[in-house]
Amino acid sequence: MPFIPHTEVETQSMLASIGVEHIDSLFEEIPPSLRASPVDHPLDGLSEMEVGQLMRERATADDHTLCFAGGGAYQHHIPAAVWELATRGEYYSAYTPYQAEASQGTLQLLYEYQSMMSSLMGMEVSNTSLYDGASALAEAVLMAVRSNRKAKSKRILMPVTVHPIYRKVVSTLVRHQDIDLVELEYNSATGTIDPDSLQLSEEDPGYAALVIPLPGYFGTLEAVHKLTDWAHEHGMLVIATVNPVAMATLTPPGEWGEKGVDIACGEGQPLGIPLSSGGPYFGFLCCRQSLVRQLPGRLIGRTRDLEDREGFALTLQAREQHIRRSKATSNICTNQGLMVTAATIFMSLMGARGLEQMSQGSHLNTEKLAQRITAIEGVKQTFKVPFFHELVVTLPQSASGVLEQLAAEQIVGGIALQSHYPELENGLLICATELRTDAEIDHFATVLERVLC
Amino acid sequence: MSEIPADLKYSKSHEWVREEGGMITVGITDHAQELLGDIVFVELPEVGGEIDLDGECGVIESVKAASDLYAPMAGEIVEVNEALADSPESINETPYDAWVFRIKPTSSDALEQLLDAAAYTEVVEAE
Amino acid sequence: MLIFERSEAGRFNSAQRIAGQESQALRLEGIPQAMRRKNSLQLPEVSELQSVRHYTQLSQKNFSIDTHFYPLGSCTMKYNPRGCNTLAMLPGFLGRHPAGSEQLGQGVMASLYDLQEILCEVTGMKATSLSPAAGAQGEFAGVAMIRAYHDARGDETRNEILVPDAAHGTNPASAVMCGYAVKEIPTNSEGDVDLDALRKVVGPQTAGIMLTNPSTLGVFERKIEEIASILHQAGGLLYYDGANLNAILGKTRPGDMGFDVIHINVHKTFSTPHGGGGPGAGPVVANERLAPYLPIPMVGEEKIGGETIYRWLGEEDCPQSIGRLSAWSGNVGVLLRAYIYARMLGTEGMERVANYSVLNANYLMKRLQKAGFTLAIPQRRATHEFIVTLKREAKELGVSAMDFAKRLLDYGHHAPTTYFPLLVPECLLIEPTETEDRETLDAFVEAMVTILGEAENSPDQVKGAPWTLPVRRLDDVRAARELDLNWYQRD
Repeated sequence: MPFIPHTEVETQSMLASIGVEHIDSLFEEIPPSLRASPVDHPLDGLSEMEVGQLMRERATADDHTLCFAGGGAYQHHIPAAVWELATRGEYYSAYTPYQAEASQGTLQLLYEYQSMMSSLMGMEVSNTSLYDGASALAEAVLMAVRSNRKAKSKRILMPVTVHPIYRKVVSTLVRHQDIDLVELEYNSATGTIDPDSLQLSEEDPGYAALVIPLPGYFGTLEAVHKLTDWAHEHGMLVIATVNPVAMATLTPPGEWGEKGVDIACGEGQPLGIPLSSGGPYFGFLCCRQSLVRQLPGRLIGRTRDLEDREGFALTLQAREQHIRRSKATSNICTNQGLMVTAATIFMSLMGARGLEQMSQGSHLNTEKLAQRITAIEGVKQTFKVPFFHELVVTLPQSASGVLEQLAAEQIVGGIALQSHYPELENGLLICATELRTDAEIDHFATVLERVLC
Repeated sequence: MSEIPADLKYSKSHEWVREEGGMITVGITDHAQELLGDIVFVELPEVGGEIDLDGECGVIESVKAASDLYAPMAGEIVEVNEALADSPESINETPYDAWVFRIKPTSSDALEQLLDAAAYTEVVEAE
Repeated sequence: MLIFERSEAGRFNSAQRIAGQESQALRLEGIPQAMRRKNSLQLPEVSELQSVRHYTQLSQKNFSIDTHFYPLGSCTMKYNPRGCNTLAMLPGFLGRHPAGSEQLGQGVMASLYDLQEILCEVTGMKATSLSPAAGAQGEFAGVAMIRAYHDARGDETRNEILVPDAAHGTNPASAVMCGYAVKEIPTNSEGDVDLDALRKVVGPQTAGIMLTNPSTLGVFERKIEEIASILHQAGGLLYYDGANLNAILGKTRPGDMGFDVIHINVHKTFSTPHGGGGPGAGPVVANERLAPYLPIPMVGEEKIGGETIYRWLGEEDCPQSIGRLSAWSGNVGVLLRAYIYARMLGTEGMERVANYSVLNANYLMKRLQKAGFTLAIPQRRATHEFIVTLKREAKELGVSAMDFAKRLLDYGHHAPTTYFPLLVPECLLIEPTETEDRETLDAFVEAMVTILGEAENSPDQVKGAPWTLPVRRLDDVRAARELDLNWYQRD
């Protein structure tokens, strides 16, 4: 019996201790009318060897692709030690650290994570993760509405340069709480929000917060300082949604404008998490210390034990659902602990210098990619502005058709923008991280050129 | 048995009320602080806010619980005890000195609706 | 010692340098000066060995399933097969970009499709969406689907969700996120929902009820069919919290009980790792009535010329869906582990999970009862978990459930869940799971008996526990009053 240790003799003696003859008697409280009938499609149990054969075959079918797509998920270098350590049983098979004394390993690691993530974002406080970048933005929106009572508004300014799927997720998650997401259009020449075009009329009922992405979905750099100050002047909180690897090079949210942002969130995947078809990843969420009681998710505090030794414990639990029930800051309980374990080890192994190199390498490779691709006849850079490690190019034909042809040659050639931005009908979002070699960039360009002609 | 001063009025939700010159001062009872345990944070209502009878106006938080504060009378919040931000533990130490907020009540006879010490003692004993 | 205290300015783990980027001078002409980071980034500067040793030593301060018995009630801490991990981490699965073409993802999509079908079958439901990232998101999805159903019928007066008082705190929190008011239903002394109380509150304002069965009290809700009919007659729907599905796998199905939508915690029932607090996955499975509202994306199957092709189902395919819950398609890596586990069990293996998790729980319950412990609901059969109440010990000996829990750590057992459910005073919720052998259960009983003896003869031994772990009891009050959440901002 897979993973069940009982011998028949043991089973019988345990049943005797309980005082019943058959295991079935233990289920006698289930009404007979509810006993399951035999299933329609019985499955044989497979041995590890058999299931291994099946899964290897399936994994091979998906293997050996060359990736030039980003759009919220990036293929970066991951040091070997990251997952060797993260999958140690002591991390892998432990649960939420409710018994602090028996979980000091996980708790200290999470405290280290909070410190590293706050540092990367230039913020005061970080929680220990949410599900992913999209749900982190939804939680940030809810948090901003709770925190900014003075605004007396449940409206959020949401630029369309924020990841289009994130905007959909936010809408799914906040729609039942009377929150209005008001779209802010981008300038068609720059692909960014034009801060000088922002006007609030007298009758405007105001907003609880402005969301600012960096980089924006098109890979471009928003005028974060001006936007942050403008929002603060108008009584809004500022929510940043940013790429963590980019923050090693670009101005982190804590440094935006005069006062820095109030809430910073994003997708943690670039920090040591494999692409893995989109998950598990982790969302990060940071804020000013003064907003910490509105922050959802687990928090770890450094404290002392009975003998005055340093130790770590879950803290501010009264915010959470297991105590506050219907009045909790969020319904989240389980978060993405193992992903954060990996990200923490990743940041310690890369250090600031390694992360800066990764960040810079991705930027410079994407510049190379841009040059090489826009040299192809009929391919143009859509927004002629600075970008970080992604950019939009306009192809002479439909991008989704081109992507299918590239896929036939094992190339993930980017993301077609048409379905989310109908005005960019031939727009293709491309990315080259530090992993892409000159030869790979050249190969991509050569195949693309062939497909286009 | 917790302390229940005879000169105060009480609500069923464990607030105490002291009337002074048309203003009422509100805190939480000795019994309430015992139930909550070590208090670590007090969320105060906004000064100037209008509040209904039994309206939520703040939260008292301990390590293991969080308990809403309710207005024992309708009125305007005129003052809050800012000192609680730095020393929430004073509610544990001296619950009847560590007041939380003051209300200017809409109607003066609302005080009659509250419990006296004897009636509140019964409430506590019934728990 | 923290990783930051091992840091030395100028130390660099150069094995992780990025080729071509070694030069210190920034070559970032393309990025305007105003957009560059001003304050230099602070992260630990340690060697690779320092980091590896640090995080290895930290791991050794954890209790885990791989190292200790972990009878944490309502969490199903069973063995996480290593094979599931190895196979889910094959390079073909890890390297796939989520936006990649469907033709470059048929392997993973076939596995997800199969898992959808398996989950429908074991729950007696019509359709599955694997996209919720955890149980709480599955709960949100389920309640949002109930709301979408009522809204689609123009039935907008329903504003209330019923939740038993024994429920996990996530239930009411999820209902509120969906814009509902929560009404609690009392539980009777045998652990069943109080039907009279239920009848009184069900009405035209009732959107639905959220139930866990077996309940958080560790017993099977015997009147579930009657509850279903009370709700359905009033136009309300039933949501099943799958936290305790492990106890009934292959024995009875939520679909047959009358539930309309359920979520499954695969990190419980399907043995994916708990990871120190996630990642989980919380697939939602719905009957005919609610299937149109399932969250997207899902995996669909098409037969084209004798070949099976899998494709993502999105907005166009599911126009009534409640929408997307995450940027891509949920925690795929976790779902792969669940799929591999399900295939290793097979149909018979699933029923064995219920058989032996319930056998272990009843055995442990009986032995503890004989050893003098008080059961919360002695007249009932345990499901896969049960509750011991230490009310007497707390009153007579001054030793609380928390003290017992901490002392168990000294004896090498992770503590059961304490103080949950909230209804039972001084409680331990104990769930041994099917993967534990009898010797381990016996050792746990022995430890409990020893602690009881200590509580009678030398209570300080118990009240001061743990004594043998890296730290003794921690000052939670200090942690909350003098918040220290960030090394770089410490005072």
